[in-house]
Amino acid sequence: MQWETVIGLEVHVQLATQSKIFSGASTAFGAEPNAQASAVDLAMPGMLPVLNEGAVRMAVQFGFAVNADIAHRSVFDRKNYFYADLPKGYQISQMYHPIVGKGEVSVNLSDGSERTIGIEHAHLEEDAGKSLHEDFQGQSGIDLNRAGTPLLEIVSEPDMRSAEEAAAYLRKIHAIVTYLGISDGDMSQGSMRCDCNVSVRPKGQTEFGTRSEIKNVNSFRFVEKAINTEVERQIELIEDGGEVQQETRLYDADRDETRSMRTKEFANDYRYFPDPDLLPVEIDDEYIDRIRDDLPELPDTKQARFITEYGLNADEAAPLVQSQTLADYFEQVARGSGDARQAANWIMGELARLMNQNEVEIQDCPVGASDLATLILRVQDGTISGKLAKQVFEALWNGEGSPDEIIDKQGLKQVSDSSEIEALVDQVLADNQAMVDDYLGEEVAKKQKKKFNALVGQVMKASQGKANPAQVNDILQQKLTSSD
Amino acid sequence: MSISRDKIEQVAWLARIQLEDSEKEALEGKLSDILGMVDQLQAADTDGITPMAHPLDATQRLRPDEVTETNKRERFQAVAPETQDGLYLVPRVVE
Repeated sequence: MQWETVIGLEVHVQLATQSKIFSGASTAFGAEPNAQASAVDLAMPGMLPVLNEGAVRMAVQFGFAVNADIAHRSVFDRKNYFYADLPKGYQISQMYHPIVGKGEVSVNLSDGSERTIGIEHAHLEEDAGKSLHEDFQGQSGIDLNRAGTPLLEIVSEPDMRSAEEAAAYLRKIHAIVTYLGISDGDMSQGSMRCDCNVSVRPKGQTEFGTRSEIKNVNSFRFVEKAINTEVERQIELIEDGGEVQQETRLYDADRDETRSMRTKEFANDYRYFPDPDLLPVEIDDEYIDRIRDDLPELPDTKQARFITEYGLNADEAAPLVQSQTLADYFEQVARGSGDARQAANWIMGELARLMNQNEVEIQDCPVGASDLATLILRVQDGTISGKLAKQVFEALWNGEGSPDEIIDKQGLKQVSDSSEIEALVDQVLADNQAMVDDYLGEEVAKKQKKKFNALVGQVMKASQGKANPAQVNDILQQKLTSSD
Repeated sequence: MSISRDKIEQVAWLARIQLEDSEKEALEGKLSDILGMVDQLQAADTDGITPMAHPLDATQRLRPDEVTETNKRERFQAVAPETQDGLYLVPRVVE
């Protein structure tokens, strides 16, 4: 049977405010345990929450970025559950009247197609604290620094049909929040967390299958792997005559499997109700308009501009706008070298390769944009060959100096002196008489071309890659024709 | 409306409280009475009335995003039953 996968994502984004959502405690990362837990965060008796304007503004910014309806009136509710790192016994969230309504984002897929993914809503809520279970002899240690950190929970429609789409959607959300500067989006630090709702159904069926929820998947790669693993599990289960349970599962990256956390019988009943400590939030048109007018350039707009301004095609532009830092880097290289296509090729080619290989992100890339621009210029003006440019680039990556210093030090300057090249060609022809005869005796044009190229290769080798290839071609052609 | 024994046990579990059988029996009566009152409220026709989020006809004031709290950990932890290395200690909780 043909199966179709249905995926919806809930993405929790930690907002980059200075202070917490309902208290004046700092949200800075890495403080001593509980040094940033105020009386409000600890749920001391009589403490009242006061909403942070910064968190409201960031939520509205996000709303605009995904073309969503912004609610002029939103309401906070209590989500009740019992856990040691939740001192109040409830989390303040927005169940019924979220601040951001229906919206959508478009994502580019590897086959070149574009998909629109609906956003059901996004709401503000507070984060819980952290429980540490090791080293406390039968007890747990509670750190409430994170309690009260503002989160924006972004809930998608069940619009995704493959793990690839889900990962592309998550990358898009990541790009949007980091472009807006409303979150650092660091998944490894938990600034962005993702729960995946996954179900399968026979292709063509309109009703959804029973879904399971995979909790806290903490990298883009794991989202794809966790979904694929879960889809396989569900299909196998159904094909063996079983039934998918509605349950929460945990992805174990080391074993590449999902495990059941709690099943429906134990499912929490959160008993939501409006929080009487907080009044409804009303924001007016003037406030909303001001936020819209101050929005930065977002990924889609930037991609469109890269296409018109730099003459790139969509496939070239899409990966460049995935992060603001990468997009800025590209623009510096494109402007510095005056050759946007070469800039894009280098960045998505050699640079991406070395970044992947060394697991380095663009913000920590050791090759400066101006150095890459200079390198492209040196290929353009014929100082070095395109082939040796890669060698220079690796040296730049290893911090061996500026492009000009490296070219000089390693003696990579291209030889464009025709008498020097002529001497090289003569030498190669004299040393490889057999190849020359072979070439001259060849009747089939295509084969002859191949044999010619072999001779070009010999000359390039003799010059240690430094001879100007176009000149080598010309001179070799002349010599071979005259000896014909 | 009456409440079943199962439901009482489930609610007790959600609230993490332990109940004796005699207490469960007493609660069956009391909670059923409360639900009876809720039934009475439910009988009121509320069609076309927007649910009220708050009894006061006022809206939330917003606070500027500024850090105004200082570290008062020592004072807070002075009243905690047990602490270690700046952490509050609680009975082991592993889900």
